[in-house]
Amino acid sequence: MGHRFPSIDAVRDGLADVAYLTDDATAGVVYLADRLAKPVLVEGPAGTGKTQLAKSVAEVLGSRLIRLQCYEGLDESKALYEWNYKKQLLRIQAERATDWDDIEHDIFSEDFLLSRPLLEAIRSPEPVVLLIDEIDRVEVETEALLLEVLSEYQVSIPELGTVTSSTVPLVFLTSNNTRELSEALKRRCLYLHLDYPDLDREQRILLAKVEGVSEHLAAEMGRIVRSLRGLDLKKPPSVSETLDWARTLVLLNIETIDAEQAVDTLHILLKYRSDIAKATKALTGSGVS
Amino acid sequence: MLPVLASFVEELRRSGLPVSLTEHLDAAAALGQVPLDDREVFKGALAATLVKDSSHLPVFDTVFEVWFSLAGVDDHDAAVDQEEDGTLAELLERALAEGGDELLQELARRAVRHHAGLERGGRMGLSYHHYRTLRHLDLEGTVGRLVEQAGSRAGGEWEPLQERLHREELERRGERLRREIDAELRRRLIADRGAAEMARALRRPLPEDVEFMHATRDELAQLRRSLQPLARRLAVRLARKRRHRHGTLDFRATVRRSLGSGGVPAEPRFRHRRPAKPEIFVVADISGSVAAFARFTLALVHAISSQFSRVRSFVFIDGLDEVTRFFSGEDEVDVAIRRVNTEADVVWAEGHSDYGMALEAFWDRFGDEVSGRSTVLVLGDARTNYHEPRSWVLRELGHRARHLYWLNPEPSAYWDSGDSVMSDYGVHCDGVYECRNLRQLERFVERLAA
Repeated sequence: MGHRFPSIDAVRDGLADVAYLTDDATAGVVYLADRLAKPVLVEGPAGTGKTQLAKSVAEVLGSRLIRLQCYEGLDESKALYEWNYKKQLLRIQAERATDWDDIEHDIFSEDFLLSRPLLEAIRSPEPVVLLIDEIDRVEVETEALLLEVLSEYQVSIPELGTVTSSTVPLVFLTSNNTRELSEALKRRCLYLHLDYPDLDREQRILLAKVEGVSEHLAAEMGRIVRSLRGLDLKKPPSVSETLDWARTLVLLNIETIDAEQAVDTLHILLKYRSDIAKATKALTGSGVS
Repeated sequence: MLPVLASFVEELRRSGLPVSLTEHLDAAAALGQVPLDDREVFKGALAATLVKDSSHLPVFDTVFEVWFSLAGVDDHDAAVDQEEDGTLAELLERALAEGGDELLQELARRAVRHHAGLERGGRMGLSYHHYRTLRHLDLEGTVGRLVEQAGSRAGGEWEPLQERLHREELERRGERLRREIDAELRRRLIADRGAAEMARALRRPLPEDVEFMHATRDELAQLRRSLQPLARRLAVRLARKRRHRHGTLDFRATVRRSLGSGGVPAEPRFRHRRPAKPEIFVVADISGSVAAFARFTLALVHAISSQFSRVRSFVFIDGLDEVTRFFSGEDEVDVAIRRVNTEADVVWAEGHSDYGMALEAFWDRFGDEVSGRSTVLVLGDARTNYHEPRSWVLRELGHRARHLYWLNPEPSAYWDSGDSVMSDYGVHCDGVYECRNLRQLERFVERLAA
């Protein structure tokens, strides 16, 4: 079986080419996921690029990205497969004369099977990237549905047999940690904790993602955002919000941020009134903390 | 490599991390795939396979540092420098101002060598030596001085924002210096005492095993951060009344649907179930004997109130007062707690907790409002100071409320000893849970689902 990446550096550089700047640890985990054929469970605060990681990896590889968005109440007919009942009924009614065994054999064939994301990823002839987004939203019982797919890369359909994948998909699961995932699931995955980037990387992200940002502005923004994350906020500014902020500042033609401008545009970074009040106080107030 | 990995995994398990055999094997397989000379990558490979919970990462980091640091001391220039403190202070200033890694490391090495007071075969812990080293470096003073200097250089255009950012940058460098000092101390101590011994000395409980009653300030802050997701989980659990996914069959919708499949009702449709809106009464003891727990309790109440619209909270010592108003709409947990502690009217007699009096007051004033939709949570150690327990209140509450739970911060072995009347109260509750750490609190939340 061929590997997707020749080395960890290749992962990092490839991701950098599609403007996803990452560190060695993250690149290492993606590399290992490929080599060990294991899914990656990505956790971390909102807006640190968990979903984007899967998308970018798919982009680097030129693979199709199959996405399963999880929600409470997701079941196997939405995640794995479903029989096309209506089509089956029509088939039965169309030929009442035929022998029942034939019909049964016929209606439980692949023609009557509706693939949902997981089965689709398994059945795909070319290698794909499978993204299972916000896995923590499904109930514990539903999580069990995934286990066979994640460890054996196969789906068992009682009427049809077992569908095994010809190529191992690269699987990413993301979680916002709203509940504890089951031990069984975690055991099968590699674990990656994506935190806010450090100052240097955030600057590079700003420079790579937003046009018209000068190094000076990126450096200043990075420091202000880091300062805000140090406050005890309900929702600290995420990377995506920082990018929005950068776009705003560029549009406003601001080159050097002073306190007043920072406060005026805070609502782009922060989404709670209490957070904005706190940040305003910290940025303008006495200054000495 | 494999024996080292095995002993490393062994140490992680001793620290409380649940590392399974599969994960151990995965780690071994991962190490076969990555270049071992890149420390970051090596560490990343181990972390990805062995640690599955971000709150366990600090423990992992510590063990990793102990197991895989270069032990040994490079005293190559020990004879060369015999500088006095003056130059060390200069070096500190330069290191903070420039912030280069090598400079900080050099500074840490020198400071440790001269001031840590390490001696062969010593018994003192790492934090003692850390403290001794720092005492000779005027870290905070230097930061303040540097900020001032930069301020005067900038002249009148020095805004509070700039000053703040500058100060933070310097403080961050100071923090890095501390880490370097720790690393240097660790290296030397491991060389002297061995890795296993160091690992044992540095072992700290996992965040979920830290006891509320004995938590340090940092640990409490950490615990409080974990509360928000837990409260959200609790909210989901309490709101989900029955576990069936569907409501009753919606006959009309099913027939309508069947038109598409030739009149055969292939897809039954169900009515949506409306999630029940629970009403929660939290009654918490905030007396001195459970003070540490009480702070935590109030933080929990605050977290719960931010998730439920219908939470009513009460605190008591020997009197009882409703404190819902302090929590509702208050985003700052510290402000809410301060207001509870200063404004709530909870001392009616001598200020020692009196469960009987408080419970009866609750029953008299608010008992009518408890209904079949209400869940009542009592938080406290059930130590009555030998006052009358009046457990009939709980019997009545248990009848009237949908659920009545008691969370006790004491180890269950101590229940019913001395003035604790846990059993008297407990028989009337739907459940009494020992709640000394986050793990137990989580287990309680999980159990609510069953």
